Amino acid sequence: MIELIKQPWHWALAGVMIGLTVPTLLLIGNKIFGISSSLRHICAACFPSNIQYFMYNWKKEIWNLFFVVGVLLGGIIASQFLSNPNEFAVNENTVKDLKALGVTDFSSLMPADIFSVENIFTLKGLIFFVVGGLMVGFGTRYAGGCTSGHAIMGLSNLQLPSLIATISFMAGGFAMTHLIMPFIFKLF
Amino acid sequence: MTKTSIDNTAVEEFVCEAPNNQVKKESFISNFKYLIVGIIFGIVFVKAEIISWFRIQEMFRLQSFHMYGVICTAVVVGLISVQLIKRFNIKTLAGEMVSIPDKTFDKGQIYGGLIFGLGWAITGACPGPLFAQIGSGFLAITVTFMSAIAGTWLYGAFQSKLPH
Repeated sequence: MIELIKQPWHWALAGVMIGLTVPTLLLIGNKIFGISSSLRHICAACFPSNIQYFMYNWKKEIWNLFFVVGVLLGGIIASQFLSNPNEFAVNENTVKDLKALGVTDFSSLMPADIFSVENIFTLKGLIFFVVGGLMVGFGTRYAGGCTSGHAIMGLSNLQLPSLIATISFMAGGFAMTHLIMPFIFKLF
Repeated sequence: MTKTSIDNTAVEEFVCEAPNNQVKKESFISNFKYLIVGIIFGIVFVKAEIISWFRIQEMFRLQSFHMYGVICTAVVVGLISVQLIKRFNIKTLAGEMVSIPDKTFDKGQIYGGLIFGLGWAITGACPGPLFAQIGSGFLAITVTFMSAIAGTWLYGAFQSKLPH
């Protein structure tokens, strides 16, 4: 059994489990699924800076912080005790495309060429960590949600604004991957 | 929903995008059930390799069905669940009516959505996977995480000057 769990999970299983998070949170405490809000609560709790957007009772939303700490712990448990013993597999066309851009490491979930601690104080780190992170935080709040709040929770509740947001997420991702990323990789 | 017209008298009625709609007060301990749901969620993220930068690249290069399968299945399961809750008026554990506020359209969903999409493709992470990536030992992602908090703060600081 444990050997089976250690294999990479099928998308259908992951999809069902993520989908079930929506009714689970609703039924155990009338909570609306959404993850990027946690970043706002962290700002409200730590750096409200008298900004109106952060002046609210974040303690009422503390469940969301428990949830994301859980996600972090889940990451620790899965990587410490349930990690895949086999070689990590990436689609061969993706490997070819990324090799052409200069990525050389395909051995784990994140390429060490980019996502290693040594890169933190380099141009790569500035673009992939700092600029990327800023865009994720700024963009999700501006859009009023991320993949969980809009694409999953919002679409599950047939919300047109969430469909518009989801289409925009995808459009931004396609634009970055196909139009901008080739130029970014030329910098290194 | 989160316009700047919120004044201090309205703070208690404030609703964020992923709100706690439970009327009954919860004890600190009862929050641990959300921690457990989060743990399971985090394990799924890692085991289905949703936290992988490569899986996100495959998605945006249309070279794998994996992420589309995950998201579409999740939406279908979520949709059926929400419909069942509404149809049969299923109550929460505390016996309350389930309330799901409607989202209201503003241009932020387009502008912000595009900005997030750009960031998603380079970081390989939406906010959820950020936490799971750090948990999986990719410590460089702590910089991405702190930057995402900074980005959230910048949005708060400039919200009133942005087109919505």
